[in-house]
Amino acid sequence: MSATITPREITTNPRRSDKVFRSVVSIVGLFAFAVLLLIGTFLALRGFEIFKIEGFKFLTTSDWNVVTDESGNQTYTFGIAAMLIGTVLIAITSLTIGVPLSVMTALYLNFYAPVRIKKFLTAVIDLMAAFPSILYGLWGYFVVMPMVIYWAKLLHKYFGWIPVFDVQQPFYERSPFLAGIVLAIMIIPIVTSVSREIFSQAPLDRIQAAYALGATRWAVIKNVVLPFGSSGVVGGAMLGLGRAFGETVAVYSILNIVFKVNWEILFGMGGNVASMIVLKWGEASPIETKALLAAGFVLFVLTLIVNFLADFIVNRAVKSGRA
Amino acid sequence: MMSIPTPHKPWAMTPRELLYPTLLILASALATFFIVANTGFAGKLAYAAVFFTLSSLSLFFLKLRTVGQQAAIDSLASSFMLTAALLVFLPVASILFSTLQKGLPGLHPSLFTETMFSASYLDPVENGGLLHAIVGTLYLILLTVIISVPTGILTALYLTEIKGPGSRFIQFTVQAMSGVPSVVAGLFIFASIIIATPIKASGITGAFALSILMVPTVTRTAQEVLLLIPNDLREAGLAMGATQWKTVSTIVLPAARNGLLTATILGIARIAGETAPLIFTIGGSDKLNLNPFVDYQGALPFYVWKGLLLGTPESIQRAWTGILVLLVLVLGLFTIARVFGSRKVGK
Repeated sequence: MSATITPREITTNPRRSDKVFRSVVSIVGLFAFAVLLLIGTFLALRGFEIFKIEGFKFLTTSDWNVVTDESGNQTYTFGIAAMLIGTVLIAITSLTIGVPLSVMTALYLNFYAPVRIKKFLTAVIDLMAAFPSILYGLWGYFVVMPMVIYWAKLLHKYFGWIPVFDVQQPFYERSPFLAGIVLAIMIIPIVTSVSREIFSQAPLDRIQAAYALGATRWAVIKNVVLPFGSSGVVGGAMLGLGRAFGETVAVYSILNIVFKVNWEILFGMGGNVASMIVLKWGEASPIETKALLAAGFVLFVLTLIVNFLADFIVNRAVKSGRA
Repeated sequence: MMSIPTPHKPWAMTPRELLYPTLLILASALATFFIVANTGFAGKLAYAAVFFTLSSLSLFFLKLRTVGQQAAIDSLASSFMLTAALLVFLPVASILFSTLQKGLPGLHPSLFTETMFSASYLDPVENGGLLHAIVGTLYLILLTVIISVPTGILTALYLTEIKGPGSRFIQFTVQAMSGVPSVVAGLFIFASIIIATPIKASGITGAFALSILMVPTVTRTAQEVLLLIPNDLREAGLAMGATQWKTVSTIVLPAARNGLLTATILGIARIAGETAPLIFTIGGSDKLNLNPFVDYQGALPFYVWKGLLLGTPESIQRAWTGILVLLVLVLGLFTIARVFGSRKVGK
């Protein structure tokens, strides 16, 4: 009896275990996309009725009223213009304060700091990112606000002739300016880490060439590092903008939310889409809930666009650094 | 016989060169004191601003006289950078200090054994406790980890091991998902699960909302760790005849174990303090609920939130104490993550 030995077939096809592994991993890989899609669909679906009734008025007017008369009929108007403007105003304030601080800190960490301070400060900045946002809210209300009111009075006194620093009535509590300052601190970690990442990729040969030509540290930064990293910094700022748009609890704790457009950042009255949703959630009627979901959809789309842009800019900056 | 020259740093400043800047800074501190005391300026802000202006300007003119214009501008830039770094450090110190200062008075032993079921937030702080909130937060963390860690690591595996045709796209969606505002995550779970299915607000719906925030963090950290695993290990596995599945499960993942643990812990630190999604999804109970799948659940951030909203001295005290407990939890996780993260990959 002779055993017939058939040689194992040699093939490049993956084994069954590999097929299973690859398909499972690929399916789970689509999780993020599926969630994004579902978020968009569900919020749009639930808010659809509101978009149909209000149309573009939802984005361009600032009235938010639900009135029930004696016979039980409800009349309502929903508009989030003041909230959108407030969100942008606060976000711009926070970027104006936070981005220069972050960029200078990133430069300090990469080009000035001794190793020990660098390690310590990096840990501190990571820690800032891990603080719960409600902690920023509490701290902002009880610790920062008394200081900021004083600063706001000074700003008003000496720079009141600039329209945004003007205040009609002396009411400085819970202003967009305060919210902007607290948000500025909250976005520092992300902007700093993106800026550091970009600055650390600045071409070493050019930096060393500049030093060899006798340039000072500042001259190197100004002529080599910043031109190279500027687009990355813009991307980091956009990521920070996305954070600032979406921040809810911290802003809710420190901002006086009023449905009225207000451009005076020192005056204690502002708007914020995310916080408004939380504010109105507690006693919302079914139709109002739908309007809040519609507002959530607007916020979602807004942050999605900002994040896509940021991602695009950062990726391009990182790639140009590696080339 | 040649003598070995002792190493020295010709660029280091001599004591004489150091003397003038030190003197100038001391002089500006003194001058600041007099200016603030004798003019209209007042407050900490005035001290800081006057001192910064005086010291950086005096150093600027010192460099201008002794070295030249370029060096003077350089010294001015250095002052700005150092000040910015200090300004970034100050809020963190202030946050830690004020949390300790305002949170400690509210600590009492029964805090960890009692709930708020039979106590009101407006009672003196000795009444009631936050056991229900701690239990709720631990449940939320546990459930969220069970959902997001496998999802996050598998997504990272797709991006680093399979590198399939959709890599760029998936990378993009993960990036976009990490930008989803926490309030939107909560609204989404409310709109898609709580009003549409029989599952009502409870611990599990809170965990769903938190997972949306945790998956991107885990994915991105895990991806960085997996990229650090040397390719030699993978190739060695494949060369021995192992399938890709065997290579990944017995070589790559064990080698990345510590890093993946760090990814998990960083993810937990990210979600443990999230408040906004919980407002829409967990209901916020004041009594102990040991079943996270049925009935309203409490949570530490929610306890703080409630205390803050009520606004009486007692409830605010509760909020500070609650945030202190939460902060200790987050800081503990953060420290563990750093200890694990600083170990070498592959050991």
